[in-house]
Amino acid sequence: MNAKGTVFKYGDNIDTDVIIPARYLNTPDHKELAAHCMEDIDASFIKTMKPGDIIVGGFNFGCGSSREHAPIAIKASGVSCVIAKTFARIFYRNSINIGLAILECPEASDRIRAGDEVAVDFDTGLIENLTRGERYQAEPFPPFIKEIINHNGLMNALAAGKGKA
Amino acid sequence: MGMTMTQKILAAHAGLDSVRAGQLVSARADMVLGNDITTPVAVNEFNKAGFTSVFDTRKVTIVLDHFIPNKDIKAAEQAKTCRQFARKYGVEHFYDVGEMGIEHALLPEKGLVAPGELCIGADSHTCTYGALGAFSTGVGSTDMAAGLATGTAWFKVPAALRFELRGSLAPNVSGKDVILHIIGMIGVDGALYKSMEFGGEGLKSLTIDDRLCIANMAIEAGGKNGIFEVDETTLAYVGERVSRPYTVYTPDPDAEYEKVYEIDLSQIKSTVAFPHLPENTRTIDQVGDVAIDQVVIGSCTNGRLSDMAAAARILKGHHVARDCRTIIIPATMQIYRDCMKLGYTDIFLDAGCVVSTPTCGPCLGGYMGILAEGERCVSTTNRNFVGRMGHPKSEVYLASPEVAAASAIAGKIADPNRI
Repeated sequence: MNAKGTVFKYGDNIDTDVIIPARYLNTPDHKELAAHCMEDIDASFIKTMKPGDIIVGGFNFGCGSSREHAPIAIKASGVSCVIAKTFARIFYRNSINIGLAILECPEASDRIRAGDEVAVDFDTGLIENLTRGERYQAEPFPPFIKEIINHNGLMNALAAGKGKA
Repeated sequence: MGMTMTQKILAAHAGLDSVRAGQLVSARADMVLGNDITTPVAVNEFNKAGFTSVFDTRKVTIVLDHFIPNKDIKAAEQAKTCRQFARKYGVEHFYDVGEMGIEHALLPEKGLVAPGELCIGADSHTCTYGALGAFSTGVGSTDMAAGLATGTAWFKVPAALRFELRGSLAPNVSGKDVILHIIGMIGVDGALYKSMEFGGEGLKSLTIDDRLCIANMAIEAGGKNGIFEVDETTLAYVGERVSRPYTVYTPDPDAEYEKVYEIDLSQIKSTVAFPHLPENTRTIDQVGDVAIDQVVIGSCTNGRLSDMAAAARILKGHHVARDCRTIIIPATMQIYRDCMKLGYTDIFLDAGCVVSTPTCGPCLGGYMGILAEGERCVSTTNRNFVGRMGHPKSEVYLASPEVAAASAIAGKIADPNRI
């Protein structure tokens, strides 16, 4: 599985309230949620992003509320991958559970700039910065988590009998 | 190598003799929880996967608390989805208007969580029940759907931080000040993926409400869970509410902790978290002159009876400042009733406050106290992120009920000892 796109760059502690404000949590509709993705921190994001684009954050990306609406909004907007130094734990498991690709890579987070073209190989964890000609290595997922991602989410993995550690 | 409390509970629920930090396990849940925002997403997943029953109707709790009573048509549709699911599958613990409370105040009150149990909840503040010596953690809606269907969840066994408490709290200082102090010290990711274990001789001076408040905000330090050692106070609280058998776990003497923090409770001062992160803390003597437009006293963090008592004690005989809207929200119907019986409601109304039925509403900027551009609120809730309670240019200052009540009277952030 691979991804390639233009980077939208954000800082540390990007919380789920700015990813999808609670005033929009009165619906579980994926498209409606995507329409307000990142609204309170970057109102232009949803207008300028193209399917396949990549979000890069710093430490503790996705902290705060457990709302799965946050990774859903990001995935439904068309973002192919989120790269950060670290992820808040509920956001991390929610992303895996819904099949949103995420990678922890401090070096990539430090080096990549907004607007860079980046390609990601999820099998190897290799992140390639096409704009700067640099490569960064993310920690690949353990096999159990890879299994869930390969099934495009926990419920599919459960249905296939693969959802147990 | 010995195990922490959390590791012992995870091992027992995974059917293993022992586990170590970093190990992935599938564990059995004693309770699966959802609310009116997270449950509809879980119901979609549950239905899409084609499940036709919940794993155990006695071990599922659904509480309508975030946008209840319904704040708008879409919220009403979400509540309806929850209600229909609960009826269809015979969910035993379903709480709607009239019986509901804010979930993390309600479940302990109803005896739905006991020491040694494992609870997952599709709400980040599910970590609250660690106050009772349970392993309890927030998950997402898909985890909830899988939990509803299978009664299990996957976990990476967490490493642990140990908080060794001693001494006792000064007057007008409470659990909220303890956890804000700790988050200020270790940061909003200081406990990322880790378990925060609380014990030591100072434990006995903390009430159950203090402990519930402290465990509640473990997530604000990035923690997987907060967990308290079980003592006489816990057993007395649980004894009045739980009739099923439960197991009390204690950490092994040689349990491994990444770090041990010594906390002298007597040294903790009233603490306020400034915008826009819970780690931006200042003690009350360092806050300066911060004029405010609104005060909220309530939430899963500080909407319990002792919080109401603290607010009433300070507000008694006073009136809130002009232009400082003060919203008080008892967290459950029982607490609401107790506030009336004990005369707190009269004190609040005499002071010019409004008293609402239980709701999470204002804490997450849902309704019942949204902030306009440039407005400031002192709130006993748990998050002060950008736009958390309304306009992206509004500000939230997190504080204890004591500080919040004093601030309402003063119209600016104030020291409860100076009222």
